[in-house]
Amino acid sequence: MTNEAEGGANRRDFLHVAAATMGGVGAVVAAWPFIDQMNPAKDTLALASVEVDISNIAPGEAVVVKWRGKPVFVRHRTEAEIEQARAVPIADLVDKQTDADRVQEGHADWLVVMGVCTHLGCVPLGTRSGEERGDFGGWFCPCHGSHYDTAGRIRKGPAPKNLEVPVYSFVNDNTVKIG
Amino acid sequence: MAEWKATKPNNKALAWVEERLPIISLVNNVVGKDTPTPRNLNYWWNFGSLAGLMLVIQIVTGVVIAMHYAANTGLAFDSVERFVRDVNYGYLIRAMHANGASFFFIAVYIHIFRGLYYGSYKAPRELVWMLGLVIMLLMMATAFMGYVLPWGQMSFWGATVITNLFSAIPVVGDSIVTLLWGGFSVDNPTLNRFFSLHYLLPFVLAGVVILHLWAKKISDSGNPLGIDVKSGADQIPFHPYYTVKDGFGVAVFLLIYMCYVTFMPDALGHPDNYIPANPMSTPDSIVPEWYFLPFYAILRSITFDIGIPFTDVVIVPAKLLGVLAMFGSIILLFFLPWLDTSKVRSTKFRPVYFWFFWILVADMVLLTIVGGKKPEGIWPVVGLIGTAYYFAHFLVVLPLLGKIEKTLPLPESIANPVIKAAE
Repeated sequence: MTNEAEGGANRRDFLHVAAATMGGVGAVVAAWPFIDQMNPAKDTLALASVEVDISNIAPGEAVVVKWRGKPVFVRHRTEAEIEQARAVPIADLVDKQTDADRVQEGHADWLVVMGVCTHLGCVPLGTRSGEERGDFGGWFCPCHGSHYDTAGRIRKGPAPKNLEVPVYSFVNDNTVKIG
Repeated sequence: MAEWKATKPNNKALAWVEERLPIISLVNNVVGKDTPTPRNLNYWWNFGSLAGLMLVIQIVTGVVIAMHYAANTGLAFDSVERFVRDVNYGYLIRAMHANGASFFFIAVYIHIFRGLYYGSYKAPRELVWMLGLVIMLLMMATAFMGYVLPWGQMSFWGATVITNLFSAIPVVGDSIVTLLWGGFSVDNPTLNRFFSLHYLLPFVLAGVVILHLWAKKISDSGNPLGIDVKSGADQIPFHPYYTVKDGFGVAVFLLIYMCYVTFMPDALGHPDNYIPANPMSTPDSIVPEWYFLPFYAILRSITFDIGIPFTDVVIVPAKLLGVLAMFGSIILLFFLPWLDTSKVRSTKFRPVYFWFFWILVADMVLLTIVGGKKPEGIWPVVGLIGTAYYFAHFLVVLPLLGKIEKTLPLPESIANPVIKAAE
């Protein structure tokens, strides 16, 4: 206790800092389970992948399937629609991706995208026949007016990104497995 | 500054309590006979007590509804319908709760605009103002989560749009959204936690109301002249004078409220919320409740990125900018006591600010209208202009006006005109 008179850091200061530090670390560690419980639970994570029968989707038609609680659009594109998507100069795009990047090789007529607008998560219109498809023939989001083209790329409106392409594979010519 | 006075109750039981816990003094000093209050408060000062009343109504009706509600995506919608159709007086209590939210916001918004008009946010009342803003934020969070609980189409899609706002945050945005949802979309875990928080937050809010009143006691109530209290002649006790006046306001306000509750319980709601939530189909247009429309308009008005000109480099994308503008429009209000540089509180003596105040009111009405329209045609432009004015009002007009405006002479005291008239 001799150095207390000298005005420097003393044993008591050290104990205060050490105790406060341990208390702080303890509080953070104790808080983590209460924060992490909000993240998806194991049963939610375990949601299986879905298989979609695409044999009866004619060119120009599309279906919506539910995967992980969200809609997925599976669209059988016509030659004209593929043509239209490939003709767009990359420089004109907001989120620059070629059409080929967004489909699987050898399956260019099939476009599989999440049916979730990248703006604020609405389901864009244009999958069912008769729905508005927007200025670029793909999808149109009614919430805040985002237009997507026939490759699901954002062309106009507030959405920042193209419709997300989920992980999927062709089990055979008639079946797509999403997830 | 206010002094605390000890109360000596005549009733023996109350005196016994007071000696051990001075809770009777507390009430008397904040809203009682030992609360000297400016003698000139007008009816705009009624809306604080009305907001308090609505909080009580919301808690009482809400606790009752919770006794019948099932927080599960498969049951929620039907449990609300059952409450309305089969539970005794369920239709009434549900209508009181749903319309109560609207009337709570009406009272609070008028209370806030009263503060803006009479400069109630200026020294020494900055903390009263800021605690009030905390109350407003808690109300907004509570109202938003409450609207999700009936699990109709608007509930689901409103929740989807608003939780997705957080995805605009760079880097961690998507992880935060997943954390909020407890899954990969708004679903059962989301509904459960919203119910839990919707029940909790009103009580937190009530706690902040006590702080709000405590800060009001310390700084005294403001008044329509905006000048400080000079002597006892300027003041009258809160009880009975303002308790009676507040009571009259309560009668009038409840009359209008009950007209909505009983004659047109769905007038302020959206018909789409009577369609059960369907994650696979978005309604034609997603419209928030009316009390969120101005902020929703601000969110949607930003459709441009901020970047380096003539390159593709985007520094702040439109989505993030819109979210920042929306939250910023409220955060901004916390700085209002320092943004307004005028020493004069009441707009009565600020002839130029008078006009800017009413332009701000008109701007908020305009943004409310824009927020309810589809983002087509002229509306996005109108929304952008309205948003620009909102920010200009607080960031440009108020700081400059305080320096250049020639204010009118202030009266000597609150009581002076009254005493002169009596002589």
